[in-house]
Amino acid sequence: MGIAKSVSEGRQLAVERPGVGVLAVVLLYLVADLLVKLSGTTVLAFGVPLIGGSLSTGSLLSMILDGLLVGLAVGLAGIGLSMTYSILDFANFAHGDTVTAGAFLGWVAASLTATIGADAALSERFLFDTGRQLGAASALLPILVGLVVAAIGTVAVVLLIDRLTYRPMRGADNISLLIASIGVALALRYLIAFVFGTQTSGVASSSVRFLILPGLAVTDNELALLFVSVSLMVGVHLLLQRTKLGKAMRAMADNEDLARVTGIPTGRVVRFTWILGGALAGVGGYLLVLESGTISFNFGWILLLLIFAAVIVGGIGSIYGAMAGGVLIGLVDSLALIWLPSGLTRAAAFAVLIVVLLLRPSGIFGGVSTA
Amino acid sequence: MSALDDAWARAERLPDAVLVAGYIVALWLVLAVVAAAVGGQQATNLAAGFVGSVTLLIGAYALLTLALNLQWGYTGLFNIGIAGFMAVGAYTTAILTAPVNPSTAGGVPGFGLPLWVGLPGGMVAAAVVGAVAALPALRLRADYLAIVTVALSEIIRLFVNWRGAAEVTYFGQTFGTGGATGIGFKSPRRVVADLVTGVGQPVVSAAQSVGVSAPNVVNIAYGLGLLVLVAASFWLLNRLVESPFGRVLKSIREDETVTQSLGKDTRLFKIKAFMIGCALMGLAGALFRGNAGYISPAQFRPTVTFYIFAALIIGGSGSNTGSILGAATFTALLFYLPARLGENLPTFGASSPGNIIDAVGPLGALNPGPLVAYVAGNVSTLRFVLIGVVLIYIVQHRPQGLLGYRNEPAASVDLSRPRADDGGETDE
Amino acid sequence: MSEPDTAEPMSATATDVPTTSDAVDAPLLEVDGLRKEFGGVTAVDGASFRVAPGSLTGLIGPNGAGKSTTFNCITGIHEPTGGTVRFDGQDVTGLAPYTLAKRGLVRTFQIARELSEMTVLENVMLAPPGQRGESATRAVLPGLREQVQEAEREVVDAAWETLDFFEIDHLAHENAGSLSGGQRKLLEMARVLSTDPEMVLLDEPLAGVNPTLEEKLLDRVDELRRDGLTFLLVEHDMDVIMRHCEHIIVMHQGQVLAEGDASTIQSDERVLEAYLGGDV
Repeated sequence: MGIAKSVSEGRQLAVERPGVGVLAVVLLYLVADLLVKLSGTTVLAFGVPLIGGSLSTGSLLSMILDGLLVGLAVGLAGIGLSMTYSILDFANFAHGDTVTAGAFLGWVAASLTATIGADAALSERFLFDTGRQLGAASALLPILVGLVVAAIGTVAVVLLIDRLTYRPMRGADNISLLIASIGVALALRYLIAFVFGTQTSGVASSSVRFLILPGLAVTDNELALLFVSVSLMVGVHLLLQRTKLGKAMRAMADNEDLARVTGIPTGRVVRFTWILGGALAGVGGYLLVLESGTISFNFGWILLLLIFAAVIVGGIGSIYGAMAGGVLIGLVDSLALIWLPSGLTRAAAFAVLIVVLLLRPSGIFGGVSTA
Repeated sequence: MSALDDAWARAERLPDAVLVAGYIVALWLVLAVVAAAVGGQQATNLAAGFVGSVTLLIGAYALLTLALNLQWGYTGLFNIGIAGFMAVGAYTTAILTAPVNPSTAGGVPGFGLPLWVGLPGGMVAAAVVGAVAALPALRLRADYLAIVTVALSEIIRLFVNWRGAAEVTYFGQTFGTGGATGIGFKSPRRVVADLVTGVGQPVVSAAQSVGVSAPNVVNIAYGLGLLVLVAASFWLLNRLVESPFGRVLKSIREDETVTQSLGKDTRLFKIKAFMIGCALMGLAGALFRGNAGYISPAQFRPTVTFYIFAALIIGGSGSNTGSILGAATFTALLFYLPARLGENLPTFGASSPGNIIDAVGPLGALNPGPLVAYVAGNVSTLRFVLIGVVLIYIVQHRPQGLLGYRNEPAASVDLSRPRADDGGETDE
Repeated sequence: MSEPDTAEPMSATATDVPTTSDAVDAPLLEVDGLRKEFGGVTAVDGASFRVAPGSLTGLIGPNGAGKSTTFNCITGIHEPTGGTVRFDGQDVTGLAPYTLAKRGLVRTFQIARELSEMTVLENVMLAPPGQRGESATRAVLPGLREQVQEAEREVVDAAWETLDFFEIDHLAHENAGSLSGGQRKLLEMARVLSTDPEMVLLDEPLAGVNPTLEEKLLDRVDELRRDGLTFLLVEHDMDVIMRHCEHIIVMHQGQVLAEGDASTIQSDERVLEAYLGGDV
């Protein structure tokens, strides 16, 4: 009965909203195609390959791992964007550059710590010019120092920006705030470029590889990303569920007027939103560099649209949604390679963003936004 | 200061076309003065070079701000996918006009059509892509529309960048985008250059006699050509918005529900405004990014979209006059001039250190030279910080833009009371 | 036939009011079993009523009775969850606001929604239907634009007349956003009447309007009724409702509680109860 009911509901949905119906067909096709591909066969129709091909389990698993890792860091960075979007009610286009700022602060700290006593000029240690690339296994302490500095430093940056830009505009409409954030994004990005230059620097490189399965290896840096992001997400969960402030934030994310009426200190919640969102953005940026190995002044800006995709797919205002959306978008970005040429996988992630905004602007987990 | 305010107040009462033209001429003079100050013997040619480059920028940005003003300033459609629509226009023009047998090795073949077919083709393509994007997206709230359009523009850029679209053959015709390398096509500047060296030879000779090089004459001529297009667009758009049509656009911006309640099918109006704007963006994409007859995907990153927004906000969105003034201010004073000044800033003999640490370090020894040299060497980076700060300042303190609040009613006729004979009450 | 049973005893006592039966015979607006839910909350719960052509019908009820939602469902702002709306004999349920407005059914808003960055004159000039210059090509092309301008001159004249009548002509070139609350209400009336409507739904049009002007507005409404216009009025001022409306509909908790003329309503105990025990 359950199945019959959901089938009939599904049919009703497909009739009422043709977009959703088409989407369901496409998804079904992709899943079927993936299964056939894994079995290594190709189904032909009139001599044209209809579905199938070949794909080894190992490469599928490593794609999933890649997507998961990038997705976790993107999700972490997305939490801040999601919270400011719902609590302060504007799309913060400076969030990507906040991620960059956090990454630079953290990696400068890591680089300086790792090269203490080394025979290198300060400028070389500061600008990642010593040739030393850090791995979590070989340089654990510097990487931990960098992680902490990324979090704390980004909080300071974000609070300063709020003080100078957004606080004087409290109550302004969301488009004015959005435009102000574009100004912040430009100023921040090019200040970073002014200090660190516009080149791409290599800063991290894994020191150990663990072979999990044939064809599937994971590095120490990837493990560090996995461990840190999962523990931070658990931490955020506990914070939201167990503390008074966390509950207040969830209430605010749902409905600011309601929160004000019931007497939750709005100013404090707003500040805490920036603190938590900033810290997670900084850590997210730091971890993304740990995984990719390189850093440049505009990597966060380039990533911004992907973070937006994560937040919107997960549902604006939903913190768990941002995490899940991040992983989902990370997986799309990586798994799209099975069907699309390498130049277009990012386009697939953006297409998912557009489709979700058009068909279900409340996110795919829609409505259950509280947490 | 008050004299300046006074002059500005007087300038504001001029007819808009005169105000705009006067402002652009004033900017030319500023650049000429800067060139004279730093140019030495080459001053005249340097000034011509400055003026030529800035005129191209003003013309291109003015077309783009006018287009954005129709969409956002009038209709409230928050389109931040401008780069994508520019790309559609530029690439369509390029594919239509690229030679059938490219002379350069690795060049992408095209349809070999003349520019007068290619440019309108690009406009139509941009308008069509705009309509396809608009149909589902225009019912979204403003910030969602923004994200959809910027995502679309990135998809467009990634697509033209894709190796698979670089060169394809359909129905015996080979064409493509050239992928990451880009595509060469009939250069719009070449058309102007041919005119200048042909019919305009006496002008070139005269310019050369005062030390201005022929390429700079072409530059200026091309820039002026763009300004003619700006003037035509300005005239057309003013007619478009000073009408019942423009009235409906404005009221959609203010409150779409009310507009619908007054019997206006707002979707139609929004799609029309969006398509017209996109067509203009497509044209600007081809003539600006493709002015030398070559485009590549890197020229269509979303950053250009935000510069256009900055220009429009500085000028004051909702006003066509403000759009052009904003484009001129942004490109000349914030974008172009700082970079030229930076190249010529006195550094008191210090050479620029390669990094910030070596620039700041000597401050301890009370030696500011290296830092000054470093700043001077990085002015083209710092100007973007300036642009960001100006944007924040304007949103916070002068949201109406340069011109301040202006009463520009959307109507095609004089709005004063029909007969001012009752009660002697006049409204002006 | 689908009159709620609560109205049964009412029509018995209201035999001396001809408009009630007119409303039943050939209604201009006919709302039947209208329902609207938001999430799990039912704002309108099966409301049914009719409005006779040329009448001034009052729609009253305590706060939260569902009057505004009913307005929104009738005028296409919200899509009803259930029930039908018929206008001029045709089913118009769920039609877009602009379609309804083109057919002559228009509304004002409870909180005046002026187009604030447009002048008062522009606000009124927006309203007239079928303006030639609303076509982009006509607005631009030489030759056609001259025709647009010619039509536009008439629109300007009419707009000034309307502003004169509502005594906001001195504000013609001001931004609508700078008007006071009462002036905004007047502007909204002026605008909606410029659409050349058949029926106007007025959502608290008198709030914030000074008494002299209020009388003038009501006179104007009477005048327009003589020209054949129909009005449905939501108003909190009971005095106005009782004095001017020949037919009154009382809503409570999303349903029609009672209807009839002023004396019927005033003597209905359930109405009194609803107001006193209401969730104000």
